[in-house]
Amino acid sequence: MNKKRLIGPQSQDKIFKLFAIGCTSIGLVVLMVLLANIITKGFGRISWSFFTNLPSRHPQESGIYTALAGMTSLLVITMAVALPIGILSGIYLQEYGNRNRFARIIEVNISNLAGVPSVIYGILGLQVFVRVAGWGNSILSGAFTLALLIMPIIIVSTREAVKAVPDSLREAAFGLGATKWQVIRKIVLPASFGAILTGVILSVSRAIGETAPLIVVGALAYVPFIPEGPMDQYTSLPIQIFNWSSRPQQGFIANAAAGIIVLLLFTFILNGVAIYLRNRWYRKISG
Amino acid sequence: MPKTRYRKEKIIEWVMILCSMVSVLTTIGIILVLSVDTVQFFKEVPFARFITDNQWTPLFEEKHFGILPLLCGTLLTTTIAVSVAVPMGITIAVYLNEYASKNVTAIIKPLLEVLAGIPTVIYGFFALQIVTPVLQTIIPGLAGFNALSPGLIMGVMIIPYITSLSEDALRAVPNSLREASYGLGANRFQTAFRVIVPAANSGIVVSVILAISRALGETMIVAIAAGQQPRLTFNPLESVETITTYIVQVSMGDVPQDSLEYRTIFAAGITLFVFTFLLNNISFWIRKHYLQRYE
Repeated sequence: MNKKRLIGPQSQDKIFKLFAIGCTSIGLVVLMVLLANIITKGFGRISWSFFTNLPSRHPQESGIYTALAGMTSLLVITMAVALPIGILSGIYLQEYGNRNRFARIIEVNISNLAGVPSVIYGILGLQVFVRVAGWGNSILSGAFTLALLIMPIIIVSTREAVKAVPDSLREAAFGLGATKWQVIRKIVLPASFGAILTGVILSVSRAIGETAPLIVVGALAYVPFIPEGPMDQYTSLPIQIFNWSSRPQQGFIANAAAGIIVLLLFTFILNGVAIYLRNRWYRKISG
Repeated sequence: MPKTRYRKEKIIEWVMILCSMVSVLTTIGIILVLSVDTVQFFKEVPFARFITDNQWTPLFEEKHFGILPLLCGTLLTTTIAVSVAVPMGITIAVYLNEYASKNVTAIIKPLLEVLAGIPTVIYGFFALQIVTPVLQTIIPGLAGFNALSPGLIMGVMIIPYITSLSEDALRAVPNSLREASYGLGANRFQTAFRVIVPAANSGIVVSVILAISRALGETMIVAIAAGQQPRLTFNPLESVETITTYIVQVSMGDVPQDSLEYRTIFAAGITLFVFTFLLNNISFWIRKHYLQRYE
């Protein structure tokens, strides 16, 4: 005799579907509540002076001027270091060392690096750049630490981008007598430019949000001046937000929320551009 | 080929090899930096005390160097996060891959990417300022800093990782299996959970392992919302301290360099590194040995 099922196949499907929609909505609800809450808390604080004021004891007078300046110099140096090295190793792994042992070791190594917690990179930077190199708690130390942190992202995305360039293009160029580097520079790089750019933008978005490694290499919470050179001390927007969030006064909480609005805008714009570029590029290579 | 051009080609190749060496040097650097100071640390603190002492108070007058409370805090927040993220992440992956229409997928996937792109310091603010007060109205005994709220938010944070990796695994299962299952009269649910998910299980396990590894190393959410009290407890309502929080706490204080207190962050760091390193390599191993390739 057939056992009567408590839940029939039809309702099984429906129940799972409801459950899944519930799960998806929780993620989206969190996002919405987060945005709504931060906007109500922080929007009132956003004004021109919030962008141009130095940090202060009084929440109403504090601004993110030094944090933005620090973040900008940090990013410029980080990208100047990470971009060439990351892109060149990505190209090397795919175009030159695709089959050899060295490339395989590097590949395993990069996947391992991508899994190392960011705070560990902070410890590496603390010992190597802050102490052994003697750069102290400077922008340079912070930028080099961030560069090492985002390098795996740039390498992997460059590699994927280069891999997607069809071999027929390479063979045609080789057939015309081009050397390997000429093929890469004139054919492979232009063809994969969009995808490499996508990866680079995502890595920038990762770098601007990183907080923990910068705290470990000595970014300060209170910097009442604009850094003038790479050896100066600095603060960055996420550090400033961290500092304000852990204060008891409501005024600083509002400042933290306002800082978050600015930081989120940066991340959303960067991610949005990256997603747009990626979709456009996919359409280009598949159509 | 002219000689100068040949030389140029060689130089470029060597520049590229040097660039690729940077990533190897980074790994060597991490291992060296962590182990050199850890060796120094263990000259002063016996290893047995490090793993058996149940107090961690290097910054106090009466010093104890037992890693267990920090490890316990780390495992507690990770467990909470993973028990939220794994069922939800896999459910969403199955839903997107087996149920949802193309339009729904096209909306949900970018939104998940947005969730994954939010800097963790923002999640930390959210946990401390919004989730904890809400939870306190439901659970009266909840401390202002606790493991529960950052754990839950960390769970939301890692959902996108699990979903995207699991979805890749589910998508790799060939349609023939799906069609065979439908042909035998199975419904979507049966097809999904008795055919597709088992066929993709190694990929799903990998996604779970990587998510655990991420949760172990997550810093800002717990540093902001879980507190700084190393406690040997599995009570999610209390304040705990994770390994990552401790590293941040010491970095922000004025601990003199080359002191024993300073070296504790290397000992704590290497403990964290060993865990994440093992998890990552287990996931590579699974991917290499168990990943089914369908032709």
